[in-house]
Amino acid sequence: MKTAVIVFPGSNRDRDMFSALELITGSRPQSVWHGEATLPDVDLVVVPGGFSYGDYLRSGAIAARSPILKDLVSKADAGVTVLGVCNGFQILTEAGLLPGALMRNAGLNFVCKEVLLETVTDATRFSGKFEKGQVWRCPVAHHDGNYFADAETLKAIEDSGQVVFRYADGTNPNGSVNDIAGVMNAQGNVLGMMPHPENLVEDLHGGLDGRLIFESLLNAA
Amino acid sequence: MKARVIVTLKNGVLDPQGKAIEGALGGLGFDGIGSVRQGKVFDVELDGSDASAAKAKLEQMCEKLLANTVIENYAIEIE
Repeated sequence: MKTAVIVFPGSNRDRDMFSALELITGSRPQSVWHGEATLPDVDLVVVPGGFSYGDYLRSGAIAARSPILKDLVSKADAGVTVLGVCNGFQILTEAGLLPGALMRNAGLNFVCKEVLLETVTDATRFSGKFEKGQVWRCPVAHHDGNYFADAETLKAIEDSGQVVFRYADGTNPNGSVNDIAGVMNAQGNVLGMMPHPENLVEDLHGGLDGRLIFESLLNAA
Repeated sequence: MKARVIVTLKNGVLDPQGKAIEGALGGLGFDGIGSVRQGKVFDVELDGSDASAAKAKLEQMCEKLLANTVIENYAIEIE
């Protein structure tokens, strides 16, 4: 599986993502600077975590207007798999590739800890290696992870199975509506999530739970 | 030409920062505060003197960047 990671000024989880992708796919991801016009021909494009443009204006807002986003939107429309983690999730919502918005955490604090996630559906390319309902550990680290969507959008994404991951067992760290931690577009090829699966893929990380996302993608490719 | 764009959260969108400010104002002894909602102000200087063209341009700026219309409203004032 060929992969690429988009790097913005202020990305800081790009190297973690590189390392996880290389470990699990066995091939080196391509790094794509946000100022470039086109993405390489790959199976998976990852928008990594960090603080692109210092979170100026709104988290992800400026990055979502970067030159590379135009090609990302057209590749996503054409069915290429796109994964956005943390700031990547914020960028994908700001770019209109995913429904809803990510607001300041309800508790106003930056949260950096481990949460439990429930895999709501295993019928996606991002979650095929999980069992439906499986609860797993995953780290979070963010200030603006409070997922919001209006009532109509919320009903639509819940009814159509676009909610892929929820915070489980009372571990919602940010006030996200319906405990939503990860949401997909209607087409099913773009997923955004606040937690960092790339940070739980090696024994030295203290667990391997995050691998299942990448293994699901590898399996589906 | 000078313009001011005011971006506020839509009704029904929770505003934890506004809530915290409201609490802090109460803590300072200000009573009678119903609620506080916070937002953003952008002062934009534009070339030209056609106010309606400027307003149309500012609306596009709001739609494309200054506001996230999923959660925010905007208002435009031209001096």
